Amino acid sequence: MSIRLRVNPITCEAHGLCAELLPERIELDDWGYPIIDGAPVAPELVLHARRAAAACPTLALLIEELPRRR
Amino acid sequence: MSIDGRMLPRLLLGVSPAGTIGLGEHLGLHGELPDPGRGRGGAALIESVERAGLRGRGGAGFPTALKLRAAAAAGGARRRAIVVANGAEGEPASLKDRALTAGAPHLVLDGALVAAEAIGARELIVCLPRSAQASATAMTQAIGERRRDPRRSVATRLELVPDTYLAGQESALVNHLGGGPAIPTLTPPFPTERGIGRRPTLVSNVETLAHLALIARHGSGWFRELGTRAQPGSTLVTLGGDVACPGVYEIAPGSRLEDLLDAAGGALSPIRAFLVGGYSGTWLSSETDVVLSAEQLAPLGATLGAGVIFALAADACPVAESTRIVRWLADESAGQCGPCLHGLEAMATAMEQVAAGEAPPGTGERLSRWQALVAGRGACGHPDGTVRFLRSALGVFAAEFADHAAHGRCADCAQPSSLPFPGGGRRATEKPVLR
Repeated sequence: MSIRLRVNPITCEAHGLCAELLPERIELDDWGYPIIDGAPVAPELVLHARRAAAACPTLALLIEELPRRR
Repeated sequence: MSIDGRMLPRLLLGVSPAGTIGLGEHLGLHGELPDPGRGRGGAALIESVERAGLRGRGGAGFPTALKLRAAAAAGGARRRAIVVANGAEGEPASLKDRALTAGAPHLVLDGALVAAEAIGARELIVCLPRSAQASATAMTQAIGERRRDPRRSVATRLELVPDTYLAGQESALVNHLGGGPAIPTLTPPFPTERGIGRRPTLVSNVETLAHLALIARHGSGWFRELGTRAQPGSTLVTLGGDVACPGVYEIAPGSRLEDLLDAAGGALSPIRAFLVGGYSGTWLSSETDVVLSAEQLAPLGATLGAGVIFALAADACPVAESTRIVRWLADESAGQCGPCLHGLEAMATAMEQVAAGEAPPGTGERLSRWQALVAGRGACGHPDGTVRFLRSALGVFAAEFADHAAHGRCADCAQPSSLPFPGGGRRATEKPVLR
């Protein structure tokens, strides 16, 4: 199953854990908020991405399951 | 006044500053709303709106047929859809929704009833800004006149909403009407899927609904007799600034800005630039030959947006004026999303420093970087709109910004704002001037 990341900018409070747990895909802006693109997460990073989402204190990091390609 | 005397006005037919068009007069001007018929009435109407190519007139220009279809698909007997007529008009330089609701409230109500029919809604909420007293009076009266209509099947009520920039944003309005604050929520889900009380909610600008009322009467072919391919129909604009007769005009997209200015009695002084769209719109140098259509404005990075056209006099300071707008936009941020809250504040502060000639080295680079950094990172389009405005200001007034950065304030900086701001008194005209 392929996934992509999305942040809920309303609930995000710039704790920054996501960028520590998934530096390969997430960097922080000048104010500490994550910059996330909507590209699919590479298979080897999926577990780390899920861990980052689970670690977010405000649950603002969202995992979207992408429909499997046929 | 119309620019194309043959076919205009449509929406403003019979509208005058003298008063509101009552139900009897409205029916005399436009005729009865045709009976939608049974069963296929809704689907047929949506098809007609699709052929007409009607796009929302609140600023975003979303195809109305898509919205209607989404709300119709999400609604049902157990989860009745709701129609919201959006006249919140938080755009400070825009008066067209106030003018329309104060002058022709029945046209807006007709359109809302047509939309309700199309999506199976039995509830209509008309939203107006708290400050729009003339509109509220006219709308209350119009809703009252229809209470006597035996065919009335849509429960209608008026809601006055806060006078903030974002109150009219679709999800913010739904949030407010559902008992929350008038600030945006994360979408999707869109209001057409899950809106007020989790019911499918069609939020449509009042001008869009008025067009719908006329499409239902005259058809899509008639609608397309005016306007351009990408922007068919007529459209309301608010012409402001240094012109002889500022006010609300109905134009056909594709007409030239120069013709609109002529209709408004011309400019009162040399014009430096035009702000097109609204406060999250685009400055266009007065040296540009501007045609008011989606097709012609797109290459200039502009859209008609909410229909605002503001003529900035050459003796006003464009740096001071633009900086005030960015500051206002920053202050109007709902403050929910970090990049918007911090980014807009940072950009407004940097511009104030540039305008005062007190910007630290690297400010220009930081401004460019922040623009790229905040765009697309809010729950709503507010940061994107602010960036669009800022980018056009820094581009069109590049020489003036450079001059201020180097030498500080200019002689014109101290002039009072030419642009209106809520509470600043310039929009105090409760009754918009109609042309």
